[in-house]
Amino acid sequence: MTEQTNPVTGNQSIISIRGLTKTYKGGHQALKGIDLEIREGEILALLGPNGAGKTTLISTICGLVTPSSGSVTVGGHDIIKDYRATRSLIGLVPQELTLGAFDVVKDTVRFSRGLFGMPPDEAKLDALLGDLSLLDKKNAIVSRLSGGMKRRVLIAKALSHEPRVLFLDEPTAGVDVELRKDMWKLVEKLRQDGVTIILTTHYIEEAEEIADRVGVISDGRLLVIDDKVNLMNSLGRKQLTVELKSAIDVLPESLEKFDLELSSDGQRLTYTYDTKSERTGITALLQAVSDEGFGLKDLNTSQSSLEDIFVNLVHSEGGKSQS
Amino acid sequence: MNVQAIKAIYFNEMARTRKTLMQSIASPVISTVLYFVVFGSAIGSRIQSVEGVDYGSFIVPGLVMLSLLTQSISNASFGIFFPKFTGTVYEIMSAPISFFEVLIGYVGAAASKSLIIGTIILITASFFVDLYIAHPVWMVVFLLMTCIAFSLFGFIIGLWADNFEKLQLIPLLVITPLVFLGGSFYSVSMLPEFWQKVTLLNPVLYLVSGFRWSFFEVSDVSVTLSLFMISGFLVACLIVVWLMFKTGYKLKQ
Repeated sequence: MTEQTNPVTGNQSIISIRGLTKTYKGGHQALKGIDLEIREGEILALLGPNGAGKTTLISTICGLVTPSSGSVTVGGHDIIKDYRATRSLIGLVPQELTLGAFDVVKDTVRFSRGLFGMPPDEAKLDALLGDLSLLDKKNAIVSRLSGGMKRRVLIAKALSHEPRVLFLDEPTAGVDVELRKDMWKLVEKLRQDGVTIILTTHYIEEAEEIADRVGVISDGRLLVIDDKVNLMNSLGRKQLTVELKSAIDVLPESLEKFDLELSSDGQRLTYTYDTKSERTGITALLQAVSDEGFGLKDLNTSQSSLEDIFVNLVHSEGGKSQS
Repeated sequence: MNVQAIKAIYFNEMARTRKTLMQSIASPVISTVLYFVVFGSAIGSRIQSVEGVDYGSFIVPGLVMLSLLTQSISNASFGIFFPKFTGTVYEIMSAPISFFEVLIGYVGAAASKSLIIGTIILITASFFVDLYIAHPVWMVVFLLMTCIAFSLFGFIIGLWADNFEKLQLIPLLVITPLVFLGGSFYSVSMLPEFWQKVTLLNPVLYLVSGFRWSFFEVSDVSVTLSLFMISGFLVACLIVVWLMFKTGYKLKQ
């Protein structure tokens, strides 16, 4: 695992997780020692394949799952001893569209607010429903709403008690483009209000789009957590593809010192380099290519995306734990 | 104490009753009227009196108990089973609310509803027979304790059941026979001696007997014993619920 990022640059942490493990009754170990600091006001994306432990982690923080060992504090309060304090700070949007079939939208949102100890407030209820484009569905029965609308109701329920931390478990699974855009708008607005947002996803674009920091979870372990930009810089590699005018069979000796790959048709050379190193070696490479007398047809560079990073991490980690 | 949460659960449950008004209120009233027609008028006209009480009046406490028991159990069990079934229970589990407060909300609502139904049945009955309540305070005490105890019992069933079949199992296979065999429609003294002794093992007998005593001052067993039995059942249910909550039984992993 990589080291924790120094929270000097960021805000104070609002959630602290130390040595958290969870073994289910059947013996399945879903969490294998998670250490994580979540900073106040940030958007943290937890990436990982299905069954990696993302939902277990969230459920534990929210009080749905009892941890086997380790500790979690939210806003400085222990989630077990001080559960009233911690849960009041948290809103949870679950992965499944779980809503009572006969509930009316405004009633179910009001119910959620009450459950979290807040007195009814019609003005706030209307404002919240307005933010989620649900105002005209206020008196609708939940079971008659579309999937996207149900998702909005779940978000409204989670936000009904004005939480300081919002968990979105796979928020965009099965969600159309419009709702997705609306959702990111809402997330942005919540961030401006200072709400800390933790979302899990296995869609990398999502993390890339909105998160400040990205954590990768696989097989119950947090493999890496870093600022999105840092992560892409430190793990991301750039590739330069050189397209040659005429094909070559073998790499000439002068080019062997470079980390080059020759395509099977002999037309392209792919050079992988580290963006962070002072000398990328591009100048030297191009010089060497021209010295060999190869004509250049085209050049292009590409940066690995979070997806590549993610796949690499999960892959290599998986290999390690098997060995 | 999260009073707002208790209120939220309580009124949410009561709202559910309003939405299903026909099923919740009308059906027990209709079935009670049917019992009066069949037992009170048709059969009752052939029976002069039981223990000096007109048969039509005699069955009123038993009928009320029958409805209280079945309604308390079905309300409370459905109340907690349904969120489990749909998955919405996640919200209650993640809310800043103690198990005890959840219990007050659900059991309180179920007991209130039974109490309302019991009262309606008593009023309905007063149109058919002359009702005389000798000990109104004790009647209310029996009514309240029965509503609460059996709502708690229903809550336990709702927590335990993981499908609709299990939800119906205990009310159908255990409660209904016990109520019918517990002297709701007859005095135990009308049975042969052997069956009188067997009936003493039926907890519902003590409920019906004590409740009937508060009306007519006639009872199969002593009132103290009745009170003792219903209190014992109440405490037993409380202990079971407390244990279930403490271990997060079927709610928490």
